[in-house]
Amino acid sequence: MSTAIAPELEAQVQASRAALDAHVREIIQWHFNPDTGCPFWLDWAAKAGWDPRKEIHTYADLDKFGNFEDDALRGGPVRRWVPKGYADKPVYVFETGGSTGVPKSRVQINDFRIDYEQFSNTLPDASFPKGSDWLMLGPSGPRRLRLAVEHLAQHRGGIAFCVDLDPRWVIKLIKRGEIREAELYKQHCIDQALTILRANKIECMFTTPKLLEALCEKINLAKYGMKGVFCGGTEMTPQFHRFAVEELLGPDVYFAPTYGNTLMGLATHRAPAKEDNWAIIYYPPAPRAVLEVVHPDRTDELVPYGATGRVRLTTLTKETFIPRFLERDECEREAPCAQYPWDGVRNVRPFSKFQKSVVEGVY
Amino acid sequence: MIHIPILRQGKPYKSIDVNKAFHYRTGEQLAEISQANIGLIRRDLLKQGEMHAILQGFSTRELISMAKKAAKHFAEDELPLGDSMQSPDDIVRQITGTTGSPNVMVRRNMEKVRGVLDSMETVLAGLTRLPDLDMLDRGYGDIGGRALSFFPRGHSLGVILPSNSPGVHSLWAPAIAFKTPLILKPGGSEPWTPYRIAQAYIKAGVPPEVFGYYSTNHGGGGEILRQTGRGMLFGDVGAAKAWAGDPRIEIHGPGYSKIVLSDEGAQNWEKYIDLIADSIAQNSGRSCVNCSSVWTTANGKEIAEALAERFAKIAPRAEDDPEAAVAPFASPDIARRISAMIDAEMDGVEDLVEKKRGTPRVAEKDGCTYVLPAIVNCSKEHALANREFLFPYASVVQVDASELPDCLGPTLVCTAITNDKALQQRLLTNNHIGRLNFGPISTMKISWDQPHEGNLFDHLYARRAFQSVLETVA
Repeated sequence: MSTAIAPELEAQVQASRAALDAHVREIIQWHFNPDTGCPFWLDWAAKAGWDPRKEIHTYADLDKFGNFEDDALRGGPVRRWVPKGYADKPVYVFETGGSTGVPKSRVQINDFRIDYEQFSNTLPDASFPKGSDWLMLGPSGPRRLRLAVEHLAQHRGGIAFCVDLDPRWVIKLIKRGEIREAELYKQHCIDQALTILRANKIECMFTTPKLLEALCEKINLAKYGMKGVFCGGTEMTPQFHRFAVEELLGPDVYFAPTYGNTLMGLATHRAPAKEDNWAIIYYPPAPRAVLEVVHPDRTDELVPYGATGRVRLTTLTKETFIPRFLERDECEREAPCAQYPWDGVRNVRPFSKFQKSVVEGVY
Repeated sequence: MIHIPILRQGKPYKSIDVNKAFHYRTGEQLAEISQANIGLIRRDLLKQGEMHAILQGFSTRELISMAKKAAKHFAEDELPLGDSMQSPDDIVRQITGTTGSPNVMVRRNMEKVRGVLDSMETVLAGLTRLPDLDMLDRGYGDIGGRALSFFPRGHSLGVILPSNSPGVHSLWAPAIAFKTPLILKPGGSEPWTPYRIAQAYIKAGVPPEVFGYYSTNHGGGGEILRQTGRGMLFGDVGAAKAWAGDPRIEIHGPGYSKIVLSDEGAQNWEKYIDLIADSIAQNSGRSCVNCSSVWTTANGKEIAEALAERFAKIAPRAEDDPEAAVAPFASPDIARRISAMIDAEMDGVEDLVEKKRGTPRVAEKDGCTYVLPAIVNCSKEHALANREFLFPYASVVQVDASELPDCLGPTLVCTAITNDKALQQRLLTNNHIGRLNFGPISTMKISWDQPHEGNLFDHLYARRAFQSVLETVA
């Protein structure tokens, strides 16, 4: 595990920091301009008594906002998040899973397309062939992932086949101790996937760790012609990573683990190296989103490279501005690499202090 | 560093996820234990049918013979433990290290395991009550001219094991002789014994493919119980409650074992006080067959005082002291919480042992934390009347003979010392008692042909109606 920035990367890292600072200035100008900003942030600035456009010049300056309280994203009215600059555009609203109560909402116009087009550039074409069709075996309903994966498939020239899957129902079943019902629901989702796979030539898919396991209990994906699996949505351990590559998929199917959520977008994985011992290392889509690893109690303080801390997210797009949001995840801080000359995160997992209060379902 | 792997159909597998096991007193790391992810367990359990078929290729006689050899290997030989080898002395030291159980108790429990393996024929005869064990191979036979047939209820037995009671392993070990593969989830602090039993069987000739050994988290344990045909769960009140009502699972929760004294039994209590004390305190009170309450029709106060007098002499001793009678807690916090829970519920009664000893119930010695024995004399309605804790604890409750046995509640083992025939009859028809001893028999005394909790054969096999005309079908 890297515990410092490699000297040969220093210039690249400096350049990425400068680009991030410039991006921050552009985003702050947009969100706090009365003609383009959204009601939430304009109201916030009016009450705060300072003008971010005058005082925020660098990424570090965003500390002045303090930690973002995610309760602001729960409930409504959601229209307070629509930037005036996009008032005439078609607006989507996406929701988080709701495993911690009332779901959080994020309005979007084009962000999910931009994020997934960028992500598309990181996928190897040999394993995710252009023009091939996809299976989206993940959550449906008001989820960003559902439309984003469909857009990814279309962007690469394919069709996305989807299933009906309501993860909130699964969470309720698990909370009620109805594990057998949850298992039956999972099989119901797998049955839908099998119907699609048997009728169509599908070479790529998105799914979650548990659904990948369940699907591979039924069929050999390589024999079905699958070439690449993009996997995410819930925690993945290094042991799962190894298990997926060695046993669920085998050598002929590429495994692309990802870390993402409705608020951030999608963090891509660094290609596995032997010395990483199956650790899963992600880099955020900077400068549109920044992931940092902070001290669990002193959340304005970054931990050293290699040390464990809590994940802190800052989202910086013209559609969404979320500064210094503390995720309910922990991980190790990963040093920049040549492909991604900014901080990454290693082995993201549920924040240990919260583990008892969060239930995750089949997806 | 000792590494204890997962066994996947007998093949060792080193996981990237490992738990560390530390010495309860020194904090020295004793082992790292590979942890199985749930998907891996589920994937392996898809092969239960194959595992089951392997054991069908052996006769019961062959498997009994292998169990006998395994007894010797278990007790006397060096056996594989991951990449290293483990001697009988090693395992005693290791179990003491991770559980705190003194050497003398560990050896006693190991002897229990050896005993059940060595006596497998007697055990099987007792569990099945079949005059001819070859019937298990044929699947049918007759007793006194009546046809009988059995079939396996599942392809494997999944066992969720506890951390603090190495003696329980004798309960599942016969499954192999019943041609049933084992899927084991060891307790976090006691990974040693189940691994060694599997290795002893393998050395004795049982195919490794019929053993699964998966250290895993709570979710993994649940998956084992859900996916295996039959299950056995050792756990606390909460764990037992979660699986209550699932007929596939044999639940071993708290035992609430009791001794009942009535008429002459209660009058002559002094004659039985050693037996009562032994039933409460043997194995440091950590077995479900330990007596946790004494119900008497007379002399309750005197019995409680006499027990307190004896238990006040019990003090912490070194782990290798053959006189060690109480085990320390690997977690001092748990020890303090258990003791505090009892204090919080005293409500007008007192711990007679603590009073006689003159020192607090929670004791420290050489960096270890102990909960010393406790005795309360209380009414049948008192919150502490029918409880079970992880140390030598008992209530002494005086009741009228007419209230027995209805006031006892669920009771794994009941020893009744009484000449009252009517009470004996009521005890015999009581459906809350798992094992009934008449006369001065310790609740801890196990007879191999008399399973004390559930019957493994009945759990693994069901009877079916059967008729046959023994001639070649044209």
